[in-house]
Amino acid sequence: MLTLDKLQQTGKKATRDGFGAGLKAAGDKHDNIIMLTADLRGSMKSEDFINAYPDRFIQCGISEANMMGVAAGLATAGKIPMTTTFANFSTGRVYDQIRQSIAYSDKNVKICASHAGLTLGEDGATHQILEDIGMMRMLPGMTVINPCDYNQTKAAVQAIAEHHGPVYLRFGRPSWPIFIPEGQKFEIGKALHLNEGSDVSIFATGHLVWYAVEAARQLEKEGISVDLINIHTIKPLDEAAVIASAKKTGAVVSCEEHNKYGGLGSAIAECLSKNQPTRQEFVATDDTFGESGTAEQLLDKYGLGIKDIVAAAKKVVAAKRS
Amino acid sequence: MSDIPKLERIASQVRRDIIRQVHGCQSGHPGGSLGNADLLTALYFDVMKHDPSFSMEGKGEDVFFLSNGHISPVFYSVLARSGYFPVEELATFRQINSRVQGHPTTHEGLPGIRISSGSLGQGVSVACGVAIAKRMDKDDRTVFVLTGDGEQQEGQIWEAALFAPHNKLENLVLIIDDNGQQIDGPTKEVLEVESFTEKYTAFGWDIMKMDGNNMAETVKVLKEAAAKRNGKPTCIVMKTEMGQGVDFMVGTHKWHGKAPSDEQTVTALDQLEETLGDYPDSAPSNN
Repeated sequence: MLTLDKLQQTGKKATRDGFGAGLKAAGDKHDNIIMLTADLRGSMKSEDFINAYPDRFIQCGISEANMMGVAAGLATAGKIPMTTTFANFSTGRVYDQIRQSIAYSDKNVKICASHAGLTLGEDGATHQILEDIGMMRMLPGMTVINPCDYNQTKAAVQAIAEHHGPVYLRFGRPSWPIFIPEGQKFEIGKALHLNEGSDVSIFATGHLVWYAVEAARQLEKEGISVDLINIHTIKPLDEAAVIASAKKTGAVVSCEEHNKYGGLGSAIAECLSKNQPTRQEFVATDDTFGESGTAEQLLDKYGLGIKDIVAAAKKVVAAKRS
Repeated sequence: MSDIPKLERIASQVRRDIIRQVHGCQSGHPGGSLGNADLLTALYFDVMKHDPSFSMEGKGEDVFFLSNGHISPVFYSVLARSGYFPVEELATFRQINSRVQGHPTTHEGLPGIRISSGSLGQGVSVACGVAIAKRMDKDDRTVFVLTGDGEQQEGQIWEAALFAPHNKLENLVLIIDDNGQQIDGPTKEVLEVESFTEKYTAFGWDIMKMDGNNMAETVKVLKEAAAKRNGKPTCIVMKTEMGQGVDFMVGTHKWHGKAPSDEQTVTALDQLEETLGDYPDSAPSNN
């Protein structure tokens, strides 16, 4: 059982580095894994796989729509294709290709998407997709995963290689604290309990899990007991874990690097409204595009900082007690 | 040696199946389906090595992808007549609880379908993926994909058109149904996409041409294309007539997506010999 004390930063690396490491490990085990990219092999940190298995790497050029179709074809013939590009070009640009050739066609394609959310940083809003979880979650049969650090991303890649069916795996660009213990089991669809608590439930995904850990430490110091849960798999949602925690605390905060519409917060609200109606605060972007800046500046400006999680928790706890 | 008269007789039945499917539900796309009846008959009854017991992966088989999924009636007919599923199921075309959906899909588990299509422009990319997988697996069979000519207006087509020659997909045969018609009128008026020969040559494809309503020529060209291994993918520019085989439907876009009335259906069927036996009018029970 994890607790806040055990969640110490052991280093710093990007989740995309975790993808690269996980891809190589999965590729060692499964000789039918094929990596595709649309002119972003360097950004995907996948050189170890490409160097080890050059014949299992397909460079598609800047043609994302074609890449999705080629992946669907490879899956038809029994391969496990993993498409790679930025999250924006992995989803919004190719939604119809994913919908028809992959999801509706029941293809075992893994859509691996880096540079998701505000933390992409300086490139600005054209590249900072904040709608991708919503889009992918809407597709019937699609599994949606947003791991939180290097270790969890590495484990997630290996898990999706074992899973049959289309998957959207979302990760990011910046160097980010590593705090999930190496070797921690990754189960698709199973929430990871990070701390037991009784006053407020904080459900977090992606980069914001680290911020939620830091926020929980502050809240605990102030006497607010936090039930902290990492929802790495947004679909299928671990409804039992969400309901049990909300029932215990009666106060919920969701944290994600995504628009408040359609993402983790929405998924939790949908679950709780029919099973365990609970007051909820949404730490998410407020129906807006991003802009240029550093990752930390952007998270702060758009209300996704540690202080914002603390404030949201206090607000929802106060509402419960009033 | 191909038995051309036999293939022509099968194509006649396929055309009857097309008219009857579209008439039965008063919905669907007879024009392009009729125009491609000879092509799909040639592929499934002569040119392709394929197994109606159907495996999705199609290892050791030639495989076909229909990118212009709206001409599903012709695809369903040849699949059923080849033994992939019971011909009686054609009576359920576009009806509730059917595997024979308006546009082809893997989602209902209909044998013979390997990809969902309908939203245009996606099939060539899928075919490229299978062609690469076959090369990886040292499976020397051929991948065929059919698109409409209007469909060539989709941008994804040209991404795939770049990709296939760059990757030397010599086991890939793209067939463009050059009937000059699309839903809003003649293709040259809606958005000119010719010349396919010049465009695909410039992209690095081998070009072949055929009259897709001449069975002997269709079989000959398809066999040559399937056997060819010279480092380049092949594009066959195939002339057909939309509505071929039914005099009041031929050569116009007006029957692209329109069902014939009872009277028109009788007239059409009078022009198409029943050679393999019609399927029953009523849909089989789902119980």
